[in-house]
Amino acid sequence: MPQLFPPTANTLVRWTIFGGGVFAVLLVTSLVYLARTNNNRLLVPVSQPVDFPHNTHVVDVGLDCRYCHSTVETSNTASVPSTETCMTCHSQIRTNTPQLQAVFESWETGQPIAWNRVHDLADFVYFDHSVHVNNGVGCSSCHGRVDQMRTVFKTEAMTMGWCLECHRDPATQLRPVSEVFNMEYKPPADPERQRALGEQLIAAYHIDTDRLIQCSTCHR
Amino acid sequence: MLDVPPMNPHDEEERPDFAALREKLASKQGPAYWRSLGELAETEEFREFLTKEFPRQAAPLQNGLDRRDFLKLLGASMALAGLTACARPPLPEEKIVPYVRGPAEVTPGKPLFYATAVTYGGFAEGVLAESHQGRPTKLEGNPDHPASRGATSAATQAEVLSLYDPDRSSAVRSGGQERSWDEFVDAVQAAVQALPGGQGLAVLTEHVTSPTLADQLRRLQAAFPQAAWYQWDPLHPDNEVVGMRLAFGADVRPVYDLTRADVIVSLGADFLDRGPGRLAYARDFAQRRRALTADTAMNRLYQLESSPSPTGVVADHRLALKPSDIAAAAAALASRLGVNGPAATAPSALPSAVLDAMVADLQAAGGNAVVIAGQEQPPVVHALAAAVNAALGAVGNTVTYVQSPSARPAVHAEEIAALTAAMRSGQVRTLLVLGANPVYTAPADLGFAEALRSVPFSAHVGLYYDETGRACTWHAPQAHFLETWGDARAFDGTATIQQPLILPFYGGKSHHEVLEALLGDPEATAYDVVRSYWQGRYAGDFEAFWRESVFRGTVSDTAAPAVPVSAGAVNAELPQGGDLEVALVYDSAVLDGRLANNGWLQELPRPITKLTWDNAALVSPRTAERLGVDTGRVVTITVGGRSVDAPVLVQPGQAEGALTLALGYGRTAAGSVADGVGVDAYPLRSTAVSFSAPATVSATGRRHQLVVTQEHHALEGTGEARHIVRAGTLAEYREHPDHPGFVHPVAHHEADLYPDFAYEGYKWGMVIDQTVCTGCSACVVACQAENNIPIVGKEQVARNREMHWLRVDNYYGGSIDDPTFYAQPMPCQQCEKAPCEPVCPVGATVHDSEGLNVMVYNRCVGTRYCSNNCPYKVRRFNYLQFAQLDTNATPLSLANNPDVTVRSRGVMEKCTYCTQRISKARIEAANEDRRIADFEVVTACQAACPTQAIVFGDLNLAGSVVNQFKSSPLNYTLLEELQTHPRTSYLAKVTNPNPALERSA
Repeated sequence: MPQLFPPTANTLVRWTIFGGGVFAVLLVTSLVYLARTNNNRLLVPVSQPVDFPHNTHVVDVGLDCRYCHSTVETSNTASVPSTETCMTCHSQIRTNTPQLQAVFESWETGQPIAWNRVHDLADFVYFDHSVHVNNGVGCSSCHGRVDQMRTVFKTEAMTMGWCLECHRDPATQLRPVSEVFNMEYKPPADPERQRALGEQLIAAYHIDTDRLIQCSTCHR
Repeated sequence: MLDVPPMNPHDEEERPDFAALREKLASKQGPAYWRSLGELAETEEFREFLTKEFPRQAAPLQNGLDRRDFLKLLGASMALAGLTACARPPLPEEKIVPYVRGPAEVTPGKPLFYATAVTYGGFAEGVLAESHQGRPTKLEGNPDHPASRGATSAATQAEVLSLYDPDRSSAVRSGGQERSWDEFVDAVQAAVQALPGGQGLAVLTEHVTSPTLADQLRRLQAAFPQAAWYQWDPLHPDNEVVGMRLAFGADVRPVYDLTRADVIVSLGADFLDRGPGRLAYARDFAQRRRALTADTAMNRLYQLESSPSPTGVVADHRLALKPSDIAAAAAALASRLGVNGPAATAPSALPSAVLDAMVADLQAAGGNAVVIAGQEQPPVVHALAAAVNAALGAVGNTVTYVQSPSARPAVHAEEIAALTAAMRSGQVRTLLVLGANPVYTAPADLGFAEALRSVPFSAHVGLYYDETGRACTWHAPQAHFLETWGDARAFDGTATIQQPLILPFYGGKSHHEVLEALLGDPEATAYDVVRSYWQGRYAGDFEAFWRESVFRGTVSDTAAPAVPVSAGAVNAELPQGGDLEVALVYDSAVLDGRLANNGWLQELPRPITKLTWDNAALVSPRTAERLGVDTGRVVTITVGGRSVDAPVLVQPGQAEGALTLALGYGRTAAGSVADGVGVDAYPLRSTAVSFSAPATVSATGRRHQLVVTQEHHALEGTGEARHIVRAGTLAEYREHPDHPGFVHPVAHHEADLYPDFAYEGYKWGMVIDQTVCTGCSACVVACQAENNIPIVGKEQVARNREMHWLRVDNYYGGSIDDPTFYAQPMPCQQCEKAPCEPVCPVGATVHDSEGLNVMVYNRCVGTRYCSNNCPYKVRRFNYLQFAQLDTNATPLSLANNPDVTVRSRGVMEKCTYCTQRISKARIEAANEDRRIADFEVVTACQAACPTQAIVFGDLNLAGSVVNQFKSSPLNYTLLEELQTHPRTSYLAKVTNPNPALERSA
C-alpha cells in the first residue's frame, strides 16, 4: 500500500497549526472589537433642537423631575414636556435668549419641538415608568445623575441583561419611595445593609419578585 | 424548489356520495358529531387538514438531497448567517414629539374612551371608542346604550379599519378631475338656485333617524318647498314597516323584552345577529338561557329559517324551511292561535307534531311568549307575527310596539322607485345623494344607473368613490362617523349624540355640513349644527345636559313611547312558492356591501358556513343531489328573467329547495380589497322581489374556488371518540344535576410524575359557555383588532395560513339533512402542562407565574415545533410578512394597538389571554398597592360577546364570576385525556327541547 501522505504533508500540518493560532487571535480581537462597538451610544451626549441644560434646571433652579416629566408616576411614559411647560417660566424669564428660539417659535407657530430620543428600548419591550417609581426604583438608578448633565446621555446599556440584573434581585437596587426623585440619594455603602433595606422594601411594597422575571411582564 | 400542491385538489374529483354519508351517520352509535361533509366522506383533503399541522405547505424537496449537497448547503447557509451577524445596523434616530399645549385630559400613554355610536341602516349601536392620544384604535360596546349593552358586532369591531382605509374617497371630483370643496359647494348652490322653489331638486338619503338631519331636511323643505326627499337604505326593515301597517295601520316597530319570554318562535328571524336591537336581544336571550345549575328556568326557542344562522345555532328546535314555507307556516300557526289571516295549510316540511308542540307551548306561555318575524320575511309574516303576539297577550310584556324611530317612516323600495320614475321623466334636475349607493343597491328593474344619466346635475357625498359616486356628475368625500359630530336613534328610539375622535382623515365632510351649505351656511361645522339643534330642543341647563348626553352616549328620556295597538284580521296574500326558491340575505360581515372594502370582515369566516372572501349560493345536500352540483360548481340562478352566476356551497342545514345568496359582493368600485370579490346578487332583486322568489337554477360548466375554513385546524376524533362537543338536554341535566352524564361520558385518570405548580398570585382562567354561544364571530374580529392580527388574503387562507388567534369551530350533530349546530370558540387553551413548551428549542414559549402560556416573539426562530405539538391547533405562524412593519407605509398601521407587538415574518403567535390588558391592570393595581378586582381584566373577545358566553378572571379570587362558572357541573376541558390541564374550559351545551318532540335524528 502506498503512503497516504507525501513528506510535504508535515510542513502543511505545521503551517496549519500556526495559521490556526493566528486565526484564533484575529477572531478574538475582532469579536472583542465588535463587542465594544458602542451601538448603544453609551455615554454619548445626544444633542437636542433646544440646548436644554438639565443641570441648570435641576441644581440651580431646583426643579423636581416631575415638574416636566409629569406623568412618570401615573403612566408608562414619563413624557417629555409640552412647549407650554417651558413657557410657564420662559414667557417671563430669559425671553431674549437665542438658545430658546426654537421654543418661542414652537409656541407661536403651534409646531411641536421634535426632541431626539436618548433612551430607546426595542419595540417589543413594554417598559412602564409608573410601576417602577411607585415601587422604589429611583430615577438615577437607570438614568444616572441627570442633574449633573448638561446634555443628557445614557449611563446604562439598557440591554435585557441589564434589566434582569435588577429584576432577578431587586433587593440590591431598591430605595424608599420617598427617595425616588432624590438625585443625590446614596444607597447604603455596605451591600448587606442595602440588601436588608431592599428586602424590607420588597415586603412593604408587596413586590411579587417571582413576577419580575416572567417574560410577560415586559413583553406582550 | 417549492412545489406547492394545487389549491383545490377537489376540483377534479367526483361529487360526494351523500347517500353513503347518510348511511354512515345512521350506523353510528351514540351522539354523532361531525365537522364537515369532507370529514364524513374521508376525503384526501380533510385527511391532510387533520393529520398535518402544516397542510398545503411546500412539499419536501422533490429529488432528495444526497449527504454531500446537504452539507454544502448547510455550510453555505451557516457562512451567510454568520456574515449577517457581523454588523448591526445603527439604531434609527427616534424622535419624541410632545404637545405644544397639552390637553388637560390626555395623559400620554393612557388611552381615553369616548362614547359615540355606529349606525346600521340608520339604527344606532352605542360604542366606546378607544383613543391613544387622538388616534382611535378600538371600539368597545357602550354598557349604557340600550342597543349595545356593552357588546359589539363583528362589523363594529372592524369599523376602525374602515376609518383608516386608504381606498376611502379623499377628494372632491367632477368630470374626471379633482376639485376643491369650495368648487363643490358653489356648484351645488348654483344648481339649486337655478331651480325656482327647489322645483326639480331631489335629495336621496339613507334611512334617517338622526334628529338633527331630520331637522335640516325639514328646513330644506321649507326653503325649497318643491324639493323632494327620498330615502333608500338596503338595511332598512321595509317589510316590517309594511307589515306593521298591515297589522295595526300604524308606523310602529316591535321592541322585544326577551328577559320575559319563556317561549320564542322565530319566523325566519336571525334576531340575535341581525337587525336593530340584536345585541340587546342577544344579551336578554342569554340571560334566560345560561344554565349554570340544573334548576335554571330556560327559555325555549323554535327557529324556522331557510339558512343556518347564529340564532339557529342556539335554537331548541330548528326547522329548515324555504322562504315560502316560512310564510305558510306563519299563517298556519296564526290560524291555530285564532288569528284571522290568510288561509294556509302547514307546509310539508313542518311536521304536524312540531306545529302542535309550538302551538301548545305558545298557548301555555301566553303573554310570556313572543313571535318574532325576520327582516327578510314578507310583510304578511310581520303582520301575522304581530297578530299572534296580540292574540297571545304578549303585547306590553314580551313585546312593545313603539313609535317608529325613523325621522319619516317610509317604505324605501317605494321611495327609490318613485325617485327613479321622477328622474326618468325629467322632473329631477338636481340630485343630491347623501351616503347611499343606489347604482349598486337599487332594485335591478328600476334601471337607476340609466335614469341617473338623464339628471343634469347629480352630486354624491359618500365614504367611497363608489359606483354611485362615479355615475354622478360630482362626488365629495364623506366623513366617517368617528370623524364628525352627528346623532342617531337606536332600535328603541333612544338618541345618541355621536362625537368625533379625530379630524377627518381624508378631508371628508358630514351630511350635516353639506346640507347646511345647501341651506346657505357653508361655514357651519357639524358641531354647530348638532349642538344648535339640541339647544333648541332643551329648556334648562343646556351645558350640563349636553355634557352629560355626550359623555354617556345616550340622551336621556328619548326612548320612543309605546303605541297602543289593536290587531284585526290580516288581509294579505301569502307569497308564491316554487320548487326552487332563492333567498337573498345581507352578508353577515360586509352587510349590503358598505363594508366590503374591509379586509378583517372579508377574511372573517362567516358564522356556520366558514366561507371567506366570497359569497356563494348555499344549497342543502339533497338539493345539490337534485341539481347535480357540488361545492364550487357555478350555477346560473334566474329570477324573473334576470340571472346571476354564482358558485354553489353545499351547506348542511340549508332548507330543501332554497338557495341562499348573500348580497354585498361583486363590487366594482369599492376599493382594492373588495373589487371583484364574489358575485353581485343585486340583479336578482327587483321591486317585486325583495328577498325571496321562485327561481330556476342550471349548472354551468365552470367552477370557482371557494375558500372555506371549516376543515382547517380540525381536531382529530370529532365524533364520539374524544368528546370534543358535549351537549345534552335540560331534562337530562335535571336527572343528574350534579354529574350530568353528557358532560363526563368517560372517566379519565389523572397521573403525573411531577407535582403541580402552585400558582400563588393571580391565576387566570376562562370559561366559554356553549349554551349561549351563537357563533356570531364578533369575538374573532375583536381579537383581531386588539392584537394587531394581520389579514392574509384568499390565497393564503386557502393554504391554511389565516392568522386569527381565536377561531369559532362549527360542529354538526345528527344527520346531514337536518343537523344541529354547535359553535365552539377556540382560543389558546393556556394549558398548565402545555405540550408546545417543552419542544421549543429556544424557550420562546414558556409558562409564566400566573399560568399564562406566553409567546416571546423576539426569541422565536420559527421552528414551528410548538404548533406541531399543539393538540388544539391554535398556534399561527407568519409565513410571510403579513403585518406592515413600516408604520409610514400605510395609514392602516394607525389602527394598530400600541400595547401589542407587531409581529414579523417567521414568528409564531397565538392567543395571549390579552396579556397587555392583564399587564395594564397589574401595573395599575401595583401602583395602588392592591389586588386586581374581578372584571378589571376583560379580554377583547369577552368584551365584544353579545351573549356574554366568554368569562375571564382570576381563579385565585374567591367568588369571582369565572370561579362560579368553573364550578358548574357543565364544566369540562377539551381533550382532558391528554392531561394538558387547560385554563380555558367549556360549559357543555344545554338545550331545552319540548319533551313532546323526541328528536328523530
